[in-house]
Amino acid sequence: MSARVDITLTVNGERVTRSVEARRHLIDFLRLDLGLTGSHAGCEHGVCGACTVRVDGEIVRGCLVLAASLDGAEVTTIEGLTDTGEVADLQDAFVARNAAQCGFCSPGMVMAAADILRHHPGASREEIREHLSGNYCRCTGYQAIVDAVEQTLKSRQEAAR
Amino acid sequence: MNDIPTPDSIGLSREDLPNSYIGRSVPRPNVPKLVQGRATYTDDVVLPRMVHAAFLRSPHAHARIVSVDATAAMQVPGVVRVFTGQDLAKVCDPWVAVLAHLKGMKSAPQHPLPLDRATWQGEPIVAVVADSRAAAEDGVAALRVEFDPLPAQVDMETALAPGATVIHTELGDNLVFQRTAVQGDVDAAFAAAHKVVEATFVTGRHTGVTLEPRSIIADYNRADGTLTVHQSTQAPHMMQNVFAKQLRMEESQVRVICKDVGGSFGIKVHVYPDEVAVAAMSRILGRPVKFVADRFEAFASDIHARDHRIKGRIAVDADGKILGFDIDDLTGIGPYSVYPRTSAIEGNQVVNLCGGPYDFANYRCTTTVVLQNKVPTCQYRAVGHPIATAVTEGLVDLAAQAIGMDPIEMRRRNLVRDDAYPFTSPAGMKFEGLSHHASLKKLLEMVPVERIRADQAEARARGVHRGLGIAAFIELTNPSPFMYGIGGARISAQDGATVRMDPDGSVVVASGVTEQGQGTEAILAQIVAHGVGVPVGKVRVITGDTQATPYGGGTWACRGAGIGGEAALQSAIALKEQLLTVAGTMLQANPASLDIVLGEVVDKATGAQRISLSEIGRIVYFRGDTLPKDLPREFVQTRHFITKEYPFAFTNGIQACWVEVDVATGMVKVLEHWCVEDCGRVINPLLVDEQVRGGIVQGLGGALYEHCVYDDQGNLLTTTMADYLVPMAAEMPEIHVGHVETPTRESLLGAKGAGEAGTAGAPGALMNAINDALRPLGGIVTAQPFTPASILRALGTI
Repeated sequence: MSARVDITLTVNGERVTRSVEARRHLIDFLRLDLGLTGSHAGCEHGVCGACTVRVDGEIVRGCLVLAASLDGAEVTTIEGLTDTGEVADLQDAFVARNAAQCGFCSPGMVMAAADILRHHPGASREEIREHLSGNYCRCTGYQAIVDAVEQTLKSRQEAAR
Repeated sequence: MNDIPTPDSIGLSREDLPNSYIGRSVPRPNVPKLVQGRATYTDDVVLPRMVHAAFLRSPHAHARIVSVDATAAMQVPGVVRVFTGQDLAKVCDPWVAVLAHLKGMKSAPQHPLPLDRATWQGEPIVAVVADSRAAAEDGVAALRVEFDPLPAQVDMETALAPGATVIHTELGDNLVFQRTAVQGDVDAAFAAAHKVVEATFVTGRHTGVTLEPRSIIADYNRADGTLTVHQSTQAPHMMQNVFAKQLRMEESQVRVICKDVGGSFGIKVHVYPDEVAVAAMSRILGRPVKFVADRFEAFASDIHARDHRIKGRIAVDADGKILGFDIDDLTGIGPYSVYPRTSAIEGNQVVNLCGGPYDFANYRCTTTVVLQNKVPTCQYRAVGHPIATAVTEGLVDLAAQAIGMDPIEMRRRNLVRDDAYPFTSPAGMKFEGLSHHASLKKLLEMVPVERIRADQAEARARGVHRGLGIAAFIELTNPSPFMYGIGGARISAQDGATVRMDPDGSVVVASGVTEQGQGTEAILAQIVAHGVGVPVGKVRVITGDTQATPYGGGTWACRGAGIGGEAALQSAIALKEQLLTVAGTMLQANPASLDIVLGEVVDKATGAQRISLSEIGRIVYFRGDTLPKDLPREFVQTRHFITKEYPFAFTNGIQACWVEVDVATGMVKVLEHWCVEDCGRVINPLLVDEQVRGGIVQGLGGALYEHCVYDDQGNLLTTTMADYLVPMAAEMPEIHVGHVETPTRESLLGAKGAGEAGTAGAPGALMNAINDALRPLGGIVTAQPFTPASILRALGTI
């Protein structure tokens, strides 16, 4: 029960207008109002990273952002990121390296890893681990995920040469 | 080795042929959907007329429920109905979690919502159903529930003492179960020993923290009298029985559907009162009810585990030969034993497993399982193994230290010989075939011990304290009915698989075992592709639907590959035989002269292609008139598998951990970790290796960070992921995994379980590593988790 706020924003390249409760988190907005169920609610405290999405070019926690604050924003979720093909090589590397088990963390993990690809193309293994340390994975030992990101960085560097 | 990879063993293709998939690192076919956000977890399912449940949970560890006033809650917009314990008792019976083979075990009846008393903080008390989860939570906030707090029995050490609060007076006391195993003459062995060493170990209460919380949608349809349950679970058929029994329905009226599961680790194989409440509320409302636990609810109502205090003694002779173990285990399990597996199994496993890797004559181990007003505990990944391994390996290291022997040499002298099998342990466990010495040898090939010891000495000189720890372990997998069925629980130890070929030559396998991320569906596809002779991409897998799969136990206790895999292999072989019979008739050839390779029937001797499976499918399904009338043409085959010779397929392994302890801050950094494990035949090394790594990280988490902390009133203080710490990428080491393969001869496949080995051994190896680092400083830690404060206390700094 709270006041409603009208917002218009771009989600995965599509214009979206909705009236949302002021208390609505971005993650609930995406999952419940837009049916974008690829992003997950894990801890609702900003710790686990399962709800990681991109807002105006930077990754954020979907559980810590209020949808009402996003009028005019540009939001990209795992669905949109996949559709653009921006991280197709990374996703292939996750598959090849078995860097996902239950997969509940995977969309958030891919969003965070995509951030490494964009902003830290020369990241070392330790830096990859550090960058992903806001994304909890209970199933893997993280090693396969680090391998997949490292492999993607390497392949892109080689392709750029 | 079993003879599956050879051409003549089962008439399969030659090992080097392209569709030989067993033992190959094939990527999992269901990973693309996971990394593209296209999976379907239970919370992603939306049904028409669906309503949402939220629960008022007890703020007290122990309290009488005086009154429930729902007047204001019913006024909240969107609220549909409020349910109390009494409301649900009209349609739902209580359960009692005991097993007949655990002699003397007792527990109290548990209702989905309690009738008059709350017994742990976080227990669901009243449910509100509304048109959205947010509205349901608004409704909960508007409830007026009056509690009369009662004294809480929090400390397990005083649970049986005079003056203890008896949690269920009808039980007479707080004792749930006690068992002592004795072998040999322990007192005499200890009296005559060269050295006796003792220590008290504590394993911290922790929990599973599945990233996907427990999730359920129950949908009772009055029109046809059926209950369809979408649930994040490891055991759909078991849950089908539970819902039917508790709601007074026929099993055939209940269908459990389990799509993608976001982690389980044993957390999702139990009966939770809030989930049964959801089913009962749907039964009453006649419409779908969804409940997804939030993270607070997960911490305060998912099962906890490993809340043990263990006093242990070891006796050795002057040569380092282990003479005996004498162990006393105490565990607090919360106010109820958890249905239907019971909460006595973990303590029972400690009795079964202590000393497990070693050859010794005298054994005494007692477990005492008591009630307390905390979250109920039950089986969580590696049930009892991490406790038994830490105690055993902690004592072995202390004994080695006491007689001045290298810990590796100590193990070499005492591990059960690799040629000693079959072998029965002093605890009474029957081992078909283990490989402790081969595993130790393999570990020493991987771990550069000399370089590490040199590094340790060099670092020590700089005031940097590093340590190497080792832990050998055994693991119980592929359980027979001796685990649960014999005690009266309707938990299937048998699993089935149905394999069929469709007209296009593609193959479908439906299996009773389930997928929670470990790769069950991938290995089933590999096994069936291998068994039939088709490309792995031609196999589709169906799991997680009681209406569509053969009856089975699901995936737990590492049984997916060993039990479900063998059933799939036998079905695939049967289908292949059927296909070759039909092909032989079509080609006027002896079926024994034919083989199937990558979806083509070929001449076995020459490899020449004769006819494709899709052509056989076309003729059989659409032009059956052209075939002889009496030709059998069932392109569907079902086989079941259950272990028969041994109650469990034991596996073994050994781990090593290399750590650095900051003696100023007490922080422990795990530098590197190694594991050699023997899970029998490895079906897919890619999957097994990362599963072992994940298990190790889970074990390290429990030993270093994870702790359900209570105050003395029974208030849980760690209810967010900011308070309850889990291992993240930056803290975790690079982990090296190696294998020794000793297949079980109980099955053609030869696979044993692999999922819990990492968790079983990691805490013990870590503890020994920390103590190796602390040894020159005179400190020792035996109480998990090994927090900075505990390290500093051990060093006398604080």
